Amino acid sequence: MGHYVIRRILQAIPLLLIVSIVLFTLVNLAPGGPLAGRGQSRRLRPEQVAILKRQFGLDQPVYLRYIYWLIGNDWTKIDTDGDGIKDSPGQGKGILRGDFGNSYRTRTPVIESIGNALKNTVYLMSVTLLIVAIIAIPIGVISAVKQYSFFDIVVTTLSFMGQALPEFWLGLILLLVFYVWLKNPLTGESLLPAGGMHTLGVPFSPGDWAKHLVLPVTMGVVGWVTWYSRFLRSSMLDVIHQDYVRTARAKGLTLNKVYFKHALRNALLPLVTVFALDLPYIFAGSLYVEIIFAWPGMGRLYYQAAIDRDYPMLMAILTIGTMMVIISNLLADVVYAKLDPRIHYD
Amino acid sequence: MGCIVLGCIVLGVILAGLSPYDPTRSDTSVRFQPPSLSHPMGTDALGRDLLTRVLYGGRVSLLVGLSVMVITLLIGVPIGAIAGYFGGWIDNVLMRITDAALALPSLLVLILLSAILREVEAPFLKGNPVLTIAAVIGLLAWMFTARLVRASYLAIREMDYVTATRALGASNLRIIALHILPNAIGPVIVESTLEVAYAILEESGLSYLGFGIQPPTPSWGNLLSNATEYLQKYPWLAIFPGVMIFLSVISINYIGDGLRDAFDPYKVLQKMGEV
Repeated sequence: MGHYVIRRILQAIPLLLIVSIVLFTLVNLAPGGPLAGRGQSRRLRPEQVAILKRQFGLDQPVYLRYIYWLIGNDWTKIDTDGDGIKDSPGQGKGILRGDFGNSYRTRTPVIESIGNALKNTVYLMSVTLLIVAIIAIPIGVISAVKQYSFFDIVVTTLSFMGQALPEFWLGLILLLVFYVWLKNPLTGESLLPAGGMHTLGVPFSPGDWAKHLVLPVTMGVVGWVTWYSRFLRSSMLDVIHQDYVRTARAKGLTLNKVYFKHALRNALLPLVTVFALDLPYIFAGSLYVEIIFAWPGMGRLYYQAAIDRDYPMLMAILTIGTMMVIISNLLADVVYAKLDPRIHYD
Repeated sequence: MGCIVLGCIVLGVILAGLSPYDPTRSDTSVRFQPPSLSHPMGTDALGRDLLTRVLYGGRVSLLVGLSVMVITLLIGVPIGAIAGYFGGWIDNVLMRITDAALALPSLLVLILLSAILREVEAPFLKGNPVLTIAAVIGLLAWMFTARLVRASYLAIREMDYVTATRALGASNLRIIALHILPNAIGPVIVESTLEVAYAILEESGLSYLGFGIQPPTPSWGNLLSNATEYLQKYPWLAIFPGVMIFLSVISINYIGDGLRDAFDPYKVLQKMGEV
């Protein structure tokens, strides 16, 4: 197992390098570039643009930029004042030494912004996933146990509908109903806030934070619940017709115990794998939620960076995202082998 | 069921030209009309008839869906077929490329590519927004088709009839295209059908974010994007395009499900009462 993991990690390194080269070229060769947009808001003279270009190192050829990005530029001289002369040693350490560079927009380290945004995204996603588990597990189990019952048909139809629902549109409708239409009868204010993590300028109160969670979480939950409850239903159906479940029932165990303790444990096995594969979505998958409800998380950070062409930010998020995909794939295989003793890797 | 709903949508979309209104010309005397007899879905900020725009938008959205399907088939089927048929190092190389493509965080790259292609005219795409967005979505979706096709070819190439055909002197290309393909295509058709639904959702999302189809050309996504501003006062602008996306995606999914059952020999026998 150890050997297997090491081999997979070694295989992932060239993959990551190739993907990063492709992405870096794509990001850097795109026309427009980070300085094109700046001309619109604060009109910069062409010579100012040229200075900025030299300061950001955008006058260098792409392969050199990639090398600087990968291993840093503290071993060579760069042009810090933008006069066209390479005057002082660079500061960048490169991503191999954990330095993702500075954002073009804020000029602060990219990794700081990502850290802040990631905190908010993880907060949102953990609440979302907790609620998904609370809803999806009972639904999946019951609709499998009572296959083709009224409950099962209703749930299956609903989840079919849920999968066809465009996520962002659901968000808009939620806003329409709970922010625009429904008012709090006592105060006349909107029933639920339209966005943000909490009311600005108000001291911390759990009620206020919880209120701001309701709509974004609801929007996120629907897609995940339909996906996981369908999945659990089919994996539960595979399990409940096995002999050991009949044995458990023959022993006289209560139905609850048989289904939720004996059968569910095995039915959750494939679900763990699926969940591991879904991990990257926690990182940036709540993009639409964050944009519609102005949630200061990873998705919004990336969206803003894509609009600004903030190369270091884009590359950092893309690289971390790719790593997440690779790691979660590995994790899925490892966890599955750990949970299922029949599976061996050599 | 699915066929009927989808049929109605397609018919409406094709007949959109019969509408008395122009999808792009504004008429400021009738701004923000609520739904009525003369404007069944109301009018938007520039006084354009929303129904007409939704139908024209449907052309774009459905066309993107179909183009994505064609693109994923054009890339995925040859790669999967060649990898599965020849095996060995060819298989290895092609599957590593597929793995690399699968390792990309798809939503992020989707946004990046469409943000780039919004400003640049790529060759072959000729600045055609529908083709561009379809190419972007297709480039990030062919891997599933390729894997599916590869798996079928791996199994089928071992069958006796393939050996017999080879003994008769058929070329590899002929075996791949004429003899194995018809037997491998079942699951691919199901997958491609669902791909259309997926592409419609992706396109609407991208256009909603402003990275997809650009106004004044309507698409279901950018209609919703415009509607966000007016959500408070003129909610119908946000409701109707979303309902259209929902209806077409759900009907395509139902059709895909039906096709899956139709291609599943066990299910067919079950229906005929043989099992």
